[in-house]
Amino acid sequence: MTDYDVLLVGGGHNGLVCAAYLARAGKKVLVLEANEPLGGAAASREFAPGYTVSSCAHWLTHLSPVVSKDLDLERHGLQLAARDLDSIGLAPDGQHVTVTGNTVQGAGLSPEDMQAYTEFHRKTIKFSKLLAKAFAVRPPKLVESNFTDRVNLLKLGLGMKMLGREDMSDLLRLALINMYDVMEENFDNETLKALLSFDGVLGAHMGPRSPNTVFGYLYRRVGDVHGYNGPAVVKGGMGALGTAVADAARAAGVEIRTGSPVEKINLQDSRAVGVTLVGGEVIAAPLVVSNADPVTTFEKLVGYRNIETGMVRRVSQIRMRSGVAKLHLALDGLPQFKGLDNTQLGQRLVIAPSMDYIERAFNSAKYGESSALPALDISIASVHDSSLAPAGKHVMSVIVQFAPYDLREGWESHKEQFTQRVIDTISAYAPGFSSQVVASELLTPVDLEREFHMKGGHWHHGEISLDQVMMMRPFPGATQYGTAVDGLYLCGAGSHPGGGVMGLAGRNAAQEIIKRGAQA
Amino acid sequence: MSNTHREQSDVMMLESPFHSRVKAANELNEWDCWAGYTTPTKYFDVELEYFAVRSTTGVFDLSPMNKYSITGPDAQAYLDRVMTRNISKINVDRVGYSVWCDDAGQVMDDGTIFRLAENEYRLCAYARAMDWLSWCAMGFDVNIEDVSDQVAALAVQGPTSCSCLKAMGLEGIENLKPFGIAHFDFDGEDLMVSRTGFTGDLGYELWITPHKAEAMWDALFSAGESYMIKPIGSLALELTRIETGFLQAGVDFVPAQDAVRLGRSRSPFELGLGWLVDMNKPVFNGKQALLREQREGSRYRFVILDVDGNKPAHNSFIYQGKGKVGTVTSAAWCPTAKSNVAFAQIEMPYGEVGDDLVAEIYYERELHWTRVMAPCKVIESAVFNPPRRRQTPAPAY
Ligand SMILES: Cc1cc2nc3c(=O)[nH]c(=O)nc-3n(C[C@H](O)[C@H](O)[C@H](O)COP(=O)(O)OP(=O)(O)OC[C@H]3O[C@@H](n4cnc5c(N)ncnc54)[C@H](O)[C@@H]3O)c2cc1C
Repeated sequence: MTDYDVLLVGGGHNGLVCAAYLARAGKKVLVLEANEPLGGAAASREFAPGYTVSSCAHWLTHLSPVVSKDLDLERHGLQLAARDLDSIGLAPDGQHVTVTGNTVQGAGLSPEDMQAYTEFHRKTIKFSKLLAKAFAVRPPKLVESNFTDRVNLLKLGLGMKMLGREDMSDLLRLALINMYDVMEENFDNETLKALLSFDGVLGAHMGPRSPNTVFGYLYRRVGDVHGYNGPAVVKGGMGALGTAVADAARAAGVEIRTGSPVEKINLQDSRAVGVTLVGGEVIAAPLVVSNADPVTTFEKLVGYRNIETGMVRRVSQIRMRSGVAKLHLALDGLPQFKGLDNTQLGQRLVIAPSMDYIERAFNSAKYGESSALPALDISIASVHDSSLAPAGKHVMSVIVQFAPYDLREGWESHKEQFTQRVIDTISAYAPGFSSQVVASELLTPVDLEREFHMKGGHWHHGEISLDQVMMMRPFPGATQYGTAVDGLYLCGAGSHPGGGVMGLAGRNAAQEIIKRGAQA
Repeated sequence: MSNTHREQSDVMMLESPFHSRVKAANELNEWDCWAGYTTPTKYFDVELEYFAVRSTTGVFDLSPMNKYSITGPDAQAYLDRVMTRNISKINVDRVGYSVWCDDAGQVMDDGTIFRLAENEYRLCAYARAMDWLSWCAMGFDVNIEDVSDQVAALAVQGPTSCSCLKAMGLEGIENLKPFGIAHFDFDGEDLMVSRTGFTGDLGYELWITPHKAEAMWDALFSAGESYMIKPIGSLALELTRIETGFLQAGVDFVPAQDAVRLGRSRSPFELGLGWLVDMNKPVFNGKQALLREQREGSRYRFVILDVDGNKPAHNSFIYQGKGKVGTVTSAAWCPTAKSNVAFAQIEMPYGEVGDDLVAEIYYERELHWTRVMAPCKVIESAVFNPPRRRQTPAPAY
């Protein structure tokens, strides 16, 4: 006899969402999280005395409104310090471009570009609505699809048809080409093109000219469908979202143990029967759900030698090379960006002045080098939330691309230099910036892997590209959250629909487990 | 991997380490290509070569065989995951026969596994397997090396084979048990002998470093002269293996990795090799699929047919009543057993032992084709299986 129906390995936001839904369906669930804080990559940390940042994800752009409502996250403490923020593409000459929802403004923009953006936005949202529908249900299977799968496929197909002939053929065409070409086709302004194409490569090992980047962009716009007309900032940092989801899970009856890293998932006759914690404690349960990424789950926790070679092969081939680092800076005051007033400093600031700039930054990553001029996504959350820094001081959080996981020279010797390079890059847009920095912390992909136990530090637990989404996510044969190991499910960003603080992977997995009921 | 052999060769086809001797003995000068090597189909007469194996001793050069060395602390655990059978049951200095499958439970190849030491195995395989073996190694502390070129090998098969080897100076060889391995000194080098073979007869396989290959051939043939030792080609070997019921990869089944069309590969159960599958092992490649097959049933059955008449049922369709239920993969008139044998793949549920079926045989005499509908019966086991194959000490002929 065991005390639990389900063991959840990992208390990232998806794991907690999954646990909460399972508990609400009457299951006895135990969440085992390696770290002390809950929420996984939805985390906050005080990286210098008095200075707190979102330590991984910093913009809330995707959270599923269904999850948020079902779990009543507001009641459990989720508060937004700001929402529907602008994205500002910084130009070296101060001719910035500001995207607000479906409009764009900027001194250097032609009326044609402004109009073209609104039209582009309309069309992409139409496509992203389709995606959002597919994201909310389990992916259909490649073969052997049953009735539900057929209906879901049909809805997707029908949805595509409903786009109208022109839009549909456009979607099929766009999905396969790259952001660079699409931008060239639609806009003149270089800063605008770069700002939009950066959205297509965020978190990915891709440059604007890489295939799949349009899909990356549409993925990003699913957030708009979820009601975010621009990024939002969580009060207290993203960790507060993790805490809120954890509270909701506890309220639903989930038991949570933090500081409890799982060493392995135990199998008997190729069926998951429980876990062994680091330290040796064995906990049994008929179902194990992993919030860890698929490679960690199968390589480390299940063990390649305990599954068949074909599956090992597929797991080991999942593309999950990360190129994203995170830089945290404590500032002794608000920085002064050329051409921006103070009211704009709380918006999302992007340093990626041209598509070639991003592409060059990516080129370095291809060859195991860090970008000489990295592309940056900057958040100064303390503008909206004074609790994050001492009075009059500020915190800056920067998503830095590209910083390859497998840096040729190794990160230890390179960290300081790279930190300075990012600061210098910002200084070019905000004169005097470097003297405002009083403390810093760089989390390289290697650090992110260590801190959050995500293989390669990958944003999505595995690249988002057409060969690794929907029924091919995380890999063929482990779709629909179940795996070749009976009794073992996946519920993290590595499974459909993918990463970002969204909660849908966790919710869909729970629904699948509940649906399969006793046969699970 | 040492490539000495391949580099020396200035022709496209590779030559076995025994080539100088094989060439000298090949009176008919008939050659085939096996795994890129020039190999003899027959030396003087297929029937006489066949009878050498069955009445005296036949020697077959099996150097082109693919050989892989598998070593390291996880060697056994690794092989247990690759192979369908339980590898822990193969002791040091023993040989085991096994098949291996892909995840779909489809046979990729069969082969023999030699346990040379505690953590040291050698796998002999029909097909090139380095790619798959390397994939399988993820998660295991093993080292896999293609040693195909580093080992020369002769099969010495037939009733007088033991006597030949004794005369060659391999003392105590008669005490080697079937599937056993023994080591001897040959001219300062290790000569490994296993009591294994593809003929179903008393027989041995000799494994030696390539630079001693010719010397070993000479020693063997001079020692075996009075025991009527003869070299044999692939056609004679083919007869003996059919007579004794051994499957040939690429002939009796398509290795799963080579099958392009859906459904053309076969599971071990469908090849009559279910006895090689150990479902008690916690995991091995294909286990999940094979469990499913056990629940849901196989698609095909491997059968041995005793066919009326003396026309080999090459490529025949097999009928049950009016319905076509299968096809022949290998066929031969087997002289010693005096029976006309065919291996066939029969659709389930047909082909149970004792069932009467019909083989549609076409044969040609001087451009004249004839069709016979030959009755045949599914028999329980191979037609040739002499006691001397198993006796230890090996009988002296
Ligand atoms: C640098 C960076 C910036 C990002 N920025 C954003 C952003 O601005 N907006 C956005 O929406 N998304 C962003 N993301 C993506 C987002 O953070 C992730 O996709 C999302 O948080 C993944 O959630 P998850 O619950 O699926 O997995 P995770 O949050 O990774 O949770 C997995 C949990 O499992 C635990 N775990 C793993 N192994 C074990 C084990 N053996 N035993 C016990 N526990 C274990 C881990 O500790 C972790 O808590 C960013 C990602 C990165 C890397």
